[in-house]
Amino acid sequence: QEAAKYEKKVMVLDFVTPTPLGNSWGLGGTCVNVGCIPKKLMHQAALLGQALQDSRKFGWQFPEEVRHNWMTMTESVQNYIGSLNWGYRVALREKKVTYENAYGEFVGPHTVKATNKRGVEKLYTAEKFLIATGERPRYLGIPGDKEYCISSDDLFSLPYCPGKTLVVGASYVALECAGFLAGIGLDVTVMVRSILLRGFDQDIANKIGEYMEEHGINFIREFVPIKVEQIEEGTPGILKVTSKSTKGNEIIEGEYNTVLLAIGRDACTRKIGLDKVGVIINEKTGKIPVNDKEQTNVPYIYAIGDILQDKLELTPVAIQAGRLLVRRLYAGATTKCDYVNVPTTVFTPLEYGACGYSEEAAVKKFGEENIEVYHSHFWPLEWTVPSRDNNKCYAKIICNIQDNERVIGFHVLGPNAGEVTQGFAAAMKCGITKEQLDSTIGIHPVCAEV
Amino acid sequence: GKNEYDLLVIGGGSGGLACAKEAAQFGRKVAVLDYVEPSPQGTKWGLGGTCVNVGCIPKKLMHQAALLGSALKDAQHYGWNIAQPVHHTWSVMAQAVQNYVKSLNWGHRVQLQDKKVKYFNMQGSFSDPHTIRGLTKAGKETVVTAENIVIATGGRPKYPTHVAGALEYGITSDDLFWLKESPRKTLTPFVFNVSLECAGFLTGIGLDTTVMMRSIPLRGFDQQMASLVTEHMECYGTKFLKRCFPTKVEKLESNRLQVTWKNTDLGTEETDCFDTVMWAVGRAPDVKTLNLDAVGVKTNSETGKIIVDASEATSVPHIYAIGDITEGRPELTPTAIAAGKLLARRLFGQSSELMDYDNVPTTVFTPLEYGCVGLSEEAAVQCYGSDNIEVYHAYYKPLEFTVAERDATQCYIKMVCLQEREQRILGLHFIGPNAGEVIQGFALGIKCGATYSQLMKTVGIHPTCAEEITKLHITKRSGLDATVTGC
Repeated sequence: QEAAKYEKKVMVLDFVTPTPLGNSWGLGGTCVNVGCIPKKLMHQAALLGQALQDSRKFGWQFPEEVRHNWMTMTESVQNYIGSLNWGYRVALREKKVTYENAYGEFVGPHTVKATNKRGVEKLYTAEKFLIATGERPRYLGIPGDKEYCISSDDLFSLPYCPGKTLVVGASYVALECAGFLAGIGLDVTVMVRSILLRGFDQDIANKIGEYMEEHGINFIREFVPIKVEQIEEGTPGILKVTSKSTKGNEIIEGEYNTVLLAIGRDACTRKIGLDKVGVIINEKTGKIPVNDKEQTNVPYIYAIGDILQDKLELTPVAIQAGRLLVRRLYAGATTKCDYVNVPTTVFTPLEYGACGYSEEAAVKKFGEENIEVYHSHFWPLEWTVPSRDNNKCYAKIICNIQDNERVIGFHVLGPNAGEVTQGFAAAMKCGITKEQLDSTIGIHPVCAEV
Repeated sequence: GKNEYDLLVIGGGSGGLACAKEAAQFGRKVAVLDYVEPSPQGTKWGLGGTCVNVGCIPKKLMHQAALLGSALKDAQHYGWNIAQPVHHTWSVMAQAVQNYVKSLNWGHRVQLQDKKVKYFNMQGSFSDPHTIRGLTKAGKETVVTAENIVIATGGRPKYPTHVAGALEYGITSDDLFWLKESPRKTLTPFVFNVSLECAGFLTGIGLDTTVMMRSIPLRGFDQQMASLVTEHMECYGTKFLKRCFPTKVEKLESNRLQVTWKNTDLGTEETDCFDTVMWAVGRAPDVKTLNLDAVGVKTNSETGKIIVDASEATSVPHIYAIGDITEGRPELTPTAIAAGKLLARRLFGQSSELMDYDNVPTTVFTPLEYGCVGLSEEAAVQCYGSDNIEVYHAYYKPLEFTVAERDATQCYIKMVCLQEREQRILGLHFIGPNAGEVIQGFALGIKCGATYSQLMKTVGIHPTCAEEITKLHITKRSGLDATVTGC
């Protein structure tokens, strides 16, 4: 859309290869269809379940048991996504960007072959190319995984309630999904191979895990599934999962209605003909290394988003990179995408917002004696009346002593963590120090004032 | 020395307690006098001041009750099978809130004890610059002397003296939070934000609520934002009687109240019946009983508030004042707390740091919340001229409203910047859910002199409402449609 503003002739090829279970979706990519958007909406459904419980203490009266209907929620969510898909198509049309629902692959220099759903092929040439194909969920490579397991690609449009669910993985996708499934009343188990939320501050990751366990989610640690079999057909049916310990020979079995795999995502770079044009990819991860101008080793081919090596897999980062790239290409701008201090939020039942260094990373980079960690537990006012979870919420800032106690890491665990973190990220961009933080007056009574 | 205490604080509210506890940290002998004169309706409460007992805390909790009411309606769209409409019981909420407040009163007393601060439940008045006469409810007198005295008695709601029946039959926010029974159909003739907040949550829990305004809402706040807030409340169900003012209140045989008012637009006189009339016409500083004349502490002749300098000193040496009682200061808990702590540090801790009252963020907890920091658009124009400022704005829709099919017409963000070069941010205004949480972090940025370009370099967190602030790009000057589209 940005390129079209500069009167360039632009084409977008978008194609969704159906999931092993046959699921597909419209224009908009992961975020809109099977990522941020449906995830946050289902997380909201779970939060509303909690709100229902709280509201009784605040004087609202309704019968003891309130049930959740999966189909009502999923239909609403899918309808909203449909409106977004439509909105994107309209936007592209209005901006005169040519859109083709076809699978693109390079066949030679400056040339791409587009194959649509019906198998019809067309060739297109362009001066410049941008690869932004993103990723898809990884499968375990064990018997029964593709036949019987689902992934986040299937979950948000599942036409039946998943029931008793086993979530395999400890990524934020795994924990967020486990979180909202439990929040709407389902029996959820999470199977973790080693640690939770790899790459995130581990102190906080453990607190998140603890909170989830206290709220009824089962964790099976240090096991991996080795086989999935179907015991009963149905929507959902019953699946038997056999798992092996990572620490020995112990084997366990469990029965679940649904098995959700959330063990990682693989870049969609292997089958788009990159070898035909000489674009180098990391053979192991499939990701594309680029320079700080998002350029691959082939000068006229650029790449952005989740497929980039060593960059954050986040929607706003991809959007920012895309816009800045185009401005550099066509508007003579020089601004490069700033990947430092990018804030993020994990929408687990107890939300986690972060910006900057984790405690471990700060210690590693600056040395323990050169950093100061300020922290505090807090009890959101709204949780007092329903007597909920005293002393679970937590905030931590990490300061660089040698640089005027500049804030280099911000972590908050509590409600609306995303809303809280956003402004702090802006402040960190301005180089805020502990002293400035201390002298800023808090808004009362909110969580962020802590 | 000859004085019994190093520091005596009159008033055990947000400012007073913070100051006293901080001073005690330095090993000083500190005492706090706290006394609550019952309201005309007879309501009284424990240690902690306005914020804890009849302000921020119960207000936010009742606001939360109202928000939960909306959540119950949303929940149906998200798949929860809950029969509508759901009913609310005032006494369950009020009891829960009052119990929590009482636990805070208790908590404060324990804290004072732990920090070895002496607490007197007495009303204090000056005998001389270092002597306070304390009077208990029963009339027993105690004389206390101190090297330094801090006045932190705060304020109490005003009653409109010219309206017959106002005092006898009306209540104020002092009483609202302690009512055992529902106020039912309520009228609030108002001027200030606390009452708009009250009208908001009363509507939210299902009560028939009317707000009466003589002129503009939320005086002192950005007027565009203020009108969006009241517009939302109207859509939400609160009734507004604009450009009206009450002339008398009478009690009927049924015990209901009949209110008569003048409609200045139509030039007519109208009446209606209500169960409760809650006055919210401003707060008056609590100075009457202090006997300030005896020591010569100067007050502002118009407002009655105590005049202080940048170090919180009054016109009399060794006598200081902080919080709502001081002239020209924001009436907010966090500023009182910060001022109290800094004062204690200057008096006893060899600090020279003064309180910075600039860029204090605040939030109005109306049904659709409004958070802001810095200058309003009007103030910026007045200060710099409209040619020298750039206003970025956007109408956005919170993701959670989509499935819930909630109207987001008034969800709006406005950032007022200086026009030149990097475009330093002068003021940020946000209407939407969790406004307080959103604004807090940005207030920090503005404290650091954040500019528009720095904000644009900040990557957004997705999906949140706050990220819309990092995406602001349409200016008012351009005249373009400021509605956010797309994901």
